[in-house]
Amino acid sequence: MRLTSEEVDHIALLSRLDLSPAERERAATELSQILDHFEQLKQLDTADVPPTEHVLPVVNVLRADESRPGLPREGVLQNAPEHAGGMFQVPRVVEAE
Amino acid sequence: MSLSQLSAYQIAQQVQSKKASCREVVDDFLGRIEAVEERVKAFVTVTGDEARRRADMLDRRLASGEDIGALGGVPIAVKDALCTRGVKTTCSSKMLENFVPPYDAHVVERLAVDGAITVGKANMDEFAMGSSTENSAFFPTRNPWDLERVPGGSSGGSTAAVAALEAPLALGSDTGGSIRQPAAYCGCVGLKPTYGLVSRYGLIAFASSLDQIGPIANDVRDCALLLQSIAGHDRRDTTSINRSLPKYLDALTGNIRGLKVGVPQEFFAQGVQGYVSDAVHKAIDKMAELGAEVVEVSMPSTEYALATYYIIAPSEASSNLARYDGVQYGLRVHEMGDDIVQMYSKTRVKGFGHEVQHRIMIGTHALSSGFYDAYYLKAQKVRTLIRRDFEAAFQKCDVLATPTAPTVAFKLGENANDPFAMKLADVCTIPVNMAGLPAISLPCGFHEKMPIGLQLIGNLLDESTLLRAAHAYEQATDWHTQRAVL
Amino acid sequence: MSKYEIVIGMEVHAELLTQSKQFCACPNEAVAPPNTNVCPVCLGFPGSLPVLNAKSVDLSLRTVLAFDSKINTRCIFERKNYFYPDLPKAYQVSQRLLPLGEGGFIDIDVPNGDGTSTVKRVGLHDVHMEEDTGKSQHGESIGDPDSSLIDFNRSGIPLLEIVSLPDMRSVEEAEAYMTALRQLLLYLEVSDCKMELGRLRFEASLSLRPWGQEEYGTRVEVKNLNSMKAVRDSLRAEIERQTRILDSGGVVVQQTMLWDEASGTTQPMRSKEQAHDYRYFPEPDLVPLDIDSAWLERVRASMPELPRAKNQRFIEQLGLSSYEAGVLTSSREIAEYYEAALEGYTKSDGGAAKAISNWVCNELLGRVNAQNSSIAEAKVLPAQLRELVQLIDAGTISGKIAKEIFDEMFTSGRDAKSIVEERGLTQMSDTTELEAICEKVIAANPKAVEDYRGGKEKSFGALVGGVMKETKGRANPALVNELLKKALTQ
Ligand SMILES: [Zn+2]
Repeated sequence: MRLTSEEVDHIALLSRLDLSPAERERAATELSQILDHFEQLKQLDTADVPPTEHVLPVVNVLRADESRPGLPREGVLQNAPEHAGGMFQVPRVVEAE
Repeated sequence: MSLSQLSAYQIAQQVQSKKASCREVVDDFLGRIEAVEERVKAFVTVTGDEARRRADMLDRRLASGEDIGALGGVPIAVKDALCTRGVKTTCSSKMLENFVPPYDAHVVERLAVDGAITVGKANMDEFAMGSSTENSAFFPTRNPWDLERVPGGSSGGSTAAVAALEAPLALGSDTGGSIRQPAAYCGCVGLKPTYGLVSRYGLIAFASSLDQIGPIANDVRDCALLLQSIAGHDRRDTTSINRSLPKYLDALTGNIRGLKVGVPQEFFAQGVQGYVSDAVHKAIDKMAELGAEVVEVSMPSTEYALATYYIIAPSEASSNLARYDGVQYGLRVHEMGDDIVQMYSKTRVKGFGHEVQHRIMIGTHALSSGFYDAYYLKAQKVRTLIRRDFEAAFQKCDVLATPTAPTVAFKLGENANDPFAMKLADVCTIPVNMAGLPAISLPCGFHEKMPIGLQLIGNLLDESTLLRAAHAYEQATDWHTQRAVL
Repeated sequence: MSKYEIVIGMEVHAELLTQSKQFCACPNEAVAPPNTNVCPVCLGFPGSLPVLNAKSVDLSLRTVLAFDSKINTRCIFERKNYFYPDLPKAYQVSQRLLPLGEGGFIDIDVPNGDGTSTVKRVGLHDVHMEEDTGKSQHGESIGDPDSSLIDFNRSGIPLLEIVSLPDMRSVEEAEAYMTALRQLLLYLEVSDCKMELGRLRFEASLSLRPWGQEEYGTRVEVKNLNSMKAVRDSLRAEIERQTRILDSGGVVVQQTMLWDEASGTTQPMRSKEQAHDYRYFPEPDLVPLDIDSAWLERVRASMPELPRAKNQRFIEQLGLSSYEAGVLTSSREIAEYYEAALEGYTKSDGGAAKAISNWVCNELLGRVNAQNSSIAEAKVLPAQLRELVQLIDAGTISGKIAKEIFDEMFTSGRDAKSIVEERGLTQMSDTTELEAICEKVIAANPKAVEDYRGGKEKSFGALVGGVMKETKGRANPALVNELLKKALTQ
């Protein structure tokens, strides 16, 4: 089944990918193909099968509550595309969360 | 004989017995890199100056009587998905083209402690997504056996470097076959350890529940040597296993009498070429000759592994790669008047290549509201079925023997327009990651002068048996002594 | 009465009192020069991995035990995916499917308006662990209003989110809920609850429905509430706004509103039209928690007596009034002070608890509150207060003198005894000595004596005052009464 252009737009927005119309078209085709391939899994009855979250039964891996100084500021900002006043700078944010 | 012809094990011995200095070793390998790199293109970054400095430092320590470690003086290629402090770590992506991590990956720290010398950061498929290293944002790496062919991927640069004798050892990472499949294509030995045996701290994540770092070498002993160095518990990775380690070199006894080798028929279907089946069956016969007992096992869920993988890995990747948004590091594309959402979306469309974008979108869709149960949750359940198949098989045998890849290395561009043929390259390796098991690929023959890979799969945390079986077979054949001519 | 029933639910975020962050060892200290308490983990650098803080699990467990929630002894973390510049990994590690606690309740005291209150039980939906985000500020500070600046010091600070059911029916109930919750978190030492620093944050959801209607009305979330007052004012404003809409036959739109302190109104949040789809899935980088009974018992043993139980005990066992018990249990510090002062102190008439309570509630807290300070900072230690009360009991000083002494103790932190000795304030109880002074006062005040004998009881007070003046207030008042009466009837 082919994804609708609305579905592709929604996926691209959620993915934060600014696709051109041609890229959207290509994505619709390729995503639809792979989704068709996933249909194969429907053949399997998994009603009573628990999902695998971890392959090893390890639990309760915790660290003691001890603090250490963080990175020096240069290490923090050396890769920043833009920074000012020790902070990362981005276009003004209007929407909240 | 040039030092670069030697194995890592031999180099370490030469250095320790002061028959060669670290500097001589490093100069020799840097010379080899100089000579062949233009054709092979294994490295994104060659760290020649640092390597020489480090070699001199190790030589001074050696001269003052210090033990410089089990890998003292051995050059190594490190996949560019592993963070190296102060050295560009790109994941072969434009997104991280200029990223310089302020810290070392756990395995890089371990290598330093054991005296290894990093000679460069190896090329890869962008963010480890691919099976040919053609998805590198910078350039494709070539197969040293045939420069018209791909080295496999995603750890193609690491493997090509070892096959081309640019380094005796390399580190790769394996999410669905990214160590084993290139090892098969390049005639190398590549091992994916049990999930959790090697800390992932500092490995740039692709699919967290599948990713595992492992060694690549020209023979099983070198592979065991490097595994010993990088395996072991690390507090910084909560999925890292906390238990004492065996001595892997001690496992290489050459004796596999009574070892039960399981042969799952399902791994010989799904596009596996006749010449591959033949070579693998001959290898199994060889193991029987050496005293192993061959048993048939059945793993009916295998055929679902590929679809399962292409849901789970992209889902995790869509989340892991969301951090590349141009805020704290990496590429930023911001045009006049763009708001933050436009900045994100332009940055990500320019920074990621097509395959990465494609997988992010698959994963985003598979996790999204209304589809989660049908895709992600379903895949995690099928994953349980695949694990159960392996559990049942290991009731009957000690190791499984299968092909590593269905074909030998294909030509560059050959599968570019057939993404699904490309994905089939991982059909025999993917089920292993689903179950978190260790597996090794080693050469078992040639087809049209290109190496064929035998995959041995071990039980959880039983790398010793796996290495013993691989080593015994290797020593009874001479595939591993053959080298690509460059 | 309004035509509509008010329905309020609360989401509360509390930053936990740990040394380090939730998943890394950076100091849990957001107030610092920007981006100084950060590392690869809380900056979301490639290749970094989270490791869970054991203390934060213990603190979270304490809280769910206090709420009597059902504890998911096997619980997992999940990733909540969304893009925002203060969220470094573009996902927040949180819990949804298997949160640490489900259900549970908080009992609140709802004022009846006549000084009394009624207990009401507010149900909880769930209590879950997560991590805080960084903080963004607008670029005006660097003269670039078109930009925002981000500081990640707060990123990764352990958070507990407490989600109530829509059980509150008035602004007063919402306030009582906040008070009770804050009191509990402080008692448990889970959070310092400093709202002004954002360490305790409230979000309300509010809907109205006609009385008698069963289904809820459209819910509006109200955010940006950084004080109890902001919660109260914003809820009132939002009730008014929704009432106006409904009264005029309109429809309330489901949305998030931001409280604007300056204008005293709620304003719709400016947000791009896009559905949120958080794409939760189990966090593969963290292994599950498997909390066994030994772990739970260890946490239970570390818990203090909770305020409601303490309150009840003060009333039933110590005989305090419900007002006194309320004051003394209003914070853990006050209750601990009171109990420490009471420790080992008994009175034959059984009035020890009451006597100490009077001093703590009236004299000590009166002075502390007047200074806008806290009982923890008071210079008078519990044992010193006890000693002062014991000096009164022993008749060494009078109650009046005791208050003067207490003033000095409160400012200097000195012991009562040394002040009494230094100033010679010991109570005079020597009958012979006092008899002489009484005679002297009677002789000097013939008018008062005459009035008293003529039936003017009030004049007796003047004579007592005279004796007190002579003795600089040190005379034992009961004895003075007795001696004066005896002298006057002779
Ligand atoms: Zn940190």
